[in-house]
Amino acid sequence: MNDPRTIGLTERKLKIVGTRPLRPDGVDKVTGRAKFGADLHVANMLIGKVLRSPHAHARIRSIDVSKAQALPGVKAVITSADLCDLPSEFIPAGEMMVNYRDMTRNVMAREKALYEGHAVAAVAATNEETAAQALKLIQVDYEVLPHVLDVAKAMEPDAPLLHEEMYTIGVEPKPAKPSNIAKRVEFALGDVAAGFAQADVVVEHEFTTVPVHQGYIEPHACLATVSEDGQAELWCTTQGQFIVRSFCAKLLGMELSKLRVTASEIGGGFGGKTVVYLEPLALALSRKSGHPVKMVMSRQEVFQASGPTSGAKIWVKIGASRAGRITAGEAVLKYQAGAFQGSPVQPGCMCAFAPYDLENVKVVGFDVVVNRPKVAAYRAPGGPIAEFAVESVIDEIAKRLGLDPIELRLKNAAKEGTKAAYGPKFGPIGLVQTLEAARSHANYRVPLKANQGRGVASGFWFNIGGDTCATLNLTEDGTVTLVAGTPDIGGSRASLAMMAAEELGIELEKVRPIIGDTSALGYNFLTGGSRVTFSSGMAVVEAARDMVRQLRERAAKIWEIPLDDVVWEDGCARALGSRSSEIKPLSLADIAKTAGKTGGPIVGNAAINAQGAGPSLATHVVDVEVDPETGKVTILRYLAVQDAGKAVHPSYVEGQMQGGAVQGIGWALNEEYIYDENGRLQNPGFLDYRIPVCSDVPMIDTVIVEVPNPRHPYGVRGVGETPIVPPMAAIANAVESAIGIRFTELPMSPPRVLAAIDAKLASQSKTAA
Amino acid sequence: MAKHHVTTTINGDPVEFLCTPAQTLLDVLRDVLYLTGSKEGCASGDCGACSVMLDGRLVCSCLVLGVEAQGRSIETIEGMAHGDRLHPLQQKFLEHAALQCGVCTPGFLVAAKALLDRNPDPTETEVRYWLAGNLCRCTGYDKIVRAVLDAAAEMRGN
Repeated sequence: MNDPRTIGLTERKLKIVGTRPLRPDGVDKVTGRAKFGADLHVANMLIGKVLRSPHAHARIRSIDVSKAQALPGVKAVITSADLCDLPSEFIPAGEMMVNYRDMTRNVMAREKALYEGHAVAAVAATNEETAAQALKLIQVDYEVLPHVLDVAKAMEPDAPLLHEEMYTIGVEPKPAKPSNIAKRVEFALGDVAAGFAQADVVVEHEFTTVPVHQGYIEPHACLATVSEDGQAELWCTTQGQFIVRSFCAKLLGMELSKLRVTASEIGGGFGGKTVVYLEPLALALSRKSGHPVKMVMSRQEVFQASGPTSGAKIWVKIGASRAGRITAGEAVLKYQAGAFQGSPVQPGCMCAFAPYDLENVKVVGFDVVVNRPKVAAYRAPGGPIAEFAVESVIDEIAKRLGLDPIELRLKNAAKEGTKAAYGPKFGPIGLVQTLEAARSHANYRVPLKANQGRGVASGFWFNIGGDTCATLNLTEDGTVTLVAGTPDIGGSRASLAMMAAEELGIELEKVRPIIGDTSALGYNFLTGGSRVTFSSGMAVVEAARDMVRQLRERAAKIWEIPLDDVVWEDGCARALGSRSSEIKPLSLADIAKTAGKTGGPIVGNAAINAQGAGPSLATHVVDVEVDPETGKVTILRYLAVQDAGKAVHPSYVEGQMQGGAVQGIGWALNEEYIYDENGRLQNPGFLDYRIPVCSDVPMIDTVIVEVPNPRHPYGVRGVGETPIVPPMAAIANAVESAIGIRFTELPMSPPRVLAAIDAKLASQSKTAA
Repeated sequence: MAKHHVTTTINGDPVEFLCTPAQTLLDVLRDVLYLTGSKEGCASGDCGACSVMLDGRLVCSCLVLGVEAQGRSIETIEGMAHGDRLHPLQQKFLEHAALQCGVCTPGFLVAAKALLDRNPDPTETEVRYWLAGNLCRCTGYDKIVRAVLDAAAEMRGN
C-alpha cells in the first residue's frame, strides 16, 4: 500500500450530496438501450461453448478433440493446453486471495475435474447449434474418483483427497500428510476460559449452512477479439475490468497493455463477478480462430460452475453475566471452499464477534476444499454465516436472562475506541445508533398474535478502499465528463456525479459520468467491498479539487492577480482583495471557453489508494408468522437500520439495505444447493433454486443512520454488504419467538420447519403420556 | 437446419425475419433483430427478464418459438417510450430508484404495463402477485412495487 491518503471531512453545507436526483444512466436502463454482457454483436463473430465434467471428481486421462475439430463450422477447440500453467502464488482480489495455479485449473480442468460442471474443453463455431454439436464430439476419458461434498467429511483423515499436494497452512508442525484442509486461522483476545468462568449463563450451539448462490439475473457473458499481432479487446460483464485484464493476461501469457477490457453494463454481481470463467476461454478461442468469439453461460452453467458462497459448520459458545455483559465468546468455523482453497473463513472469523466490545474472544477457522464449484465472494463474504451463528446464540442469552435483545446488544455494543478481536481499534461506528433507532421504531411495538414472533440481529462489515483513479474532463462548453474505473452495479454513476457537481459547484446535469475501459484510466481495483462510493467518490473529489486549482490558476492569469486572491465558489472563480469589486466572476463555462488561450485543456485527475474505509453496522428487526400446518414462514414486516456514514443518494442506500435484506430472506428460508449421491446438482435453475419473488416479501422499512466516516470528505461509508449480514439470525430468532424452536440449520424451508414442529409435538405428547 | 421465413409486427412495425425451427422468439429478438432490450436470465420461463406482449398477452419470449410470431403482434421494451416521452412506468421507475443493476427492468416494465392495461387500480398485493414471475435480485422489490402503484395512480389522473 503506497501513497496512502485521506481527506478530512468537509464542513461546507451540501447542496447536492444527500438529495435524490434521477440517475444519469437511468433512461438507457428503462428503455432497453443499456448494453449488458450478452448484448453485443459484431461481424464475423463465433459462438463459444464449454464442455463440462459430468463427474464430481475424476482424473482426466485424455481428451480427444479431433472429431470436434473436423466438424464443418468449428473454428477452434481448446483445452487446458491452450492456457498457461502457473505456479502457486497468492494475490489479493477483492476481499479474497487468488492463486493463479488454481485459477488456471478452475477455468479449465487440467489433471482432474473437481466438480460437476468443471470446464474441460471449449469450442468456437459459426453458430450455436454447431458449437453444441461439436461439444458432443469431444471424447474425454475420465477415471471417476470418490468425491466429498460435506465439510466435516472432507476434514476426516480418510476423505477423498482433492489436491494431493495440499498441506494445511497455519498448523505447527507442518502436517505429515496432505489433506483437504487448506488453512487454519485463529483470532484471539484475552482469556476465554477465564471469561466463561465468570459467566452466569453459557449457551453453545452447532450451526449448519448450505451454499447459496449470488443469483444475479444476468449470466456471465463476454465477447473477445484477438488480432494477429496479439492486441486484444474484451467486452464482459464484470465487477472489475482491471482485474479481468490482470487475470486473463496472466492465464494467456499476454502483456497487460495489449489487452483492453471494457466492462459492459452489469446485471448484478454481489461478489460473483469478481473472478473470471469464460473470459480467458473466449480470448484463447479468438486467438486460435482469428475471429471474435462470444460466450454466454446458461443459467444451469451459472449454478453448476460459478461461485456460490460457502456452506459451513459453525460452533459458537457465549457466556454472559446476570447483568447482561458478555464475558466470553468462542467459535469454530469450518467453511467449504469448493474445489480450490479460498473460502471466506478468515473474514468470517474476523467479523464473528466484531459488533461487540468483548474482553475474551477466540475464533478458529478452517478453509476446506470439497467437490463443489469454487466459492466466489458473496456480499460480505463469510460474514453472514458467522454472524448467523453468533447472533442466534446472543438471542438465546437474552432470552435466558429475560433481557430485551436490543438492550443486551446495547450493553455490549462496540463503539469508538473498542478494540476488535481481529486487531484494530474502531473509529466512530454506528451500532449503538442503529440499535436505538430500531428500538424506537414503530415496528418494534406492533402487537403480535399466535404463531408470530419478532427477531432482532445486528451485523458488521469492514468495507474496503484501495487503488482508484478518476478523471474529470472539462469540455469546451463548460460541461464535465467524469470517467470512473469501477463498474456501476447499482447507481454509482449517480453518487459519483453528485460528488463532482458538489465540489465544482455546478448543476448535476452538467456532469456526465461514464465508466472507462482499462485504457482510459490507471489501475482501478474492482467494484466490491462496498468501496465504490467511498473510493471512487474520494478519487472524484480529489480530481474535482485538482480541477478547481487549475480553474483558479486560469482566473488568476486572466485577471493578473495572485492565485491566493482567487477563490472557487458556487461554480465561479471570484477575486478577493482590493480589486474584487471591479472583477466580474468567471464561471466554469467562461474559463472553459478560453482554456486554449490560457494554458490548454483542463483535466482534473486523481490516482489514489483510498484509505480509511469505515465499517458499517446494522440492526434488523423482523416479524414472522409460522404456519403450523405447512411449516411456511411468512415475513410480516421487516425493518433494516444501518449506518451509512453519509448517504450520498439516500434512495440507493435504501435500495442496498432492502436488496440485501431480501437476499438474506432467501438465504434464511429457501435457497440451497441440493446434490445427489453422485455429486450432481439437482436444482440448477430458478424454478428449484428459489430466490424470493415479489409476493414473498413485504415492504422493507429502512432507517439510515449517519455517523460520518472522518476519513472521507463527505463522511461516506460503504453500505452494500452489511445488509445481508443480519437477516438469517433475525429470522431464526423471530421463528424461535413464534414457535419456541431454535433453528440451527439453514434454510428454514417449509419441510424442515414442519418436521421440527411435528417432532416437538411428538415429544410433547410423549411427555404428556 | 432450414430456416423459416416469418412475417410479423413488432412495436407496430411490419418485420420479416428468418429463423430455425428451434430458435425461440427471444433468440430472434436478440440475435436476429438485435432488439437486445429483452434479456435472457434463465431460458426456462422462471425469471421474466424476457417478458414481451404477444397479441396483447404477457409471455416469456424464451418459451415462445420464433416461428410462432407469424402473423402476430409483438410489443417489446423498445416500443414502450413514445418518441422522446417515457411511459409513466418508465418515469416512475427512475423517480423511485426502482432499479439498481437494471437487467431485470425491461421485463418488469413490460409485465407492469400488462397489469395496468387490465387493472388500472391494483392493490399492493395484486402488484406483488402479478410481478411474481419477474425476478429481481437487487432491490428487494420495495421500490418496484411503489413505482408501479405510483404510476398507476398517475395514469388514473390522481
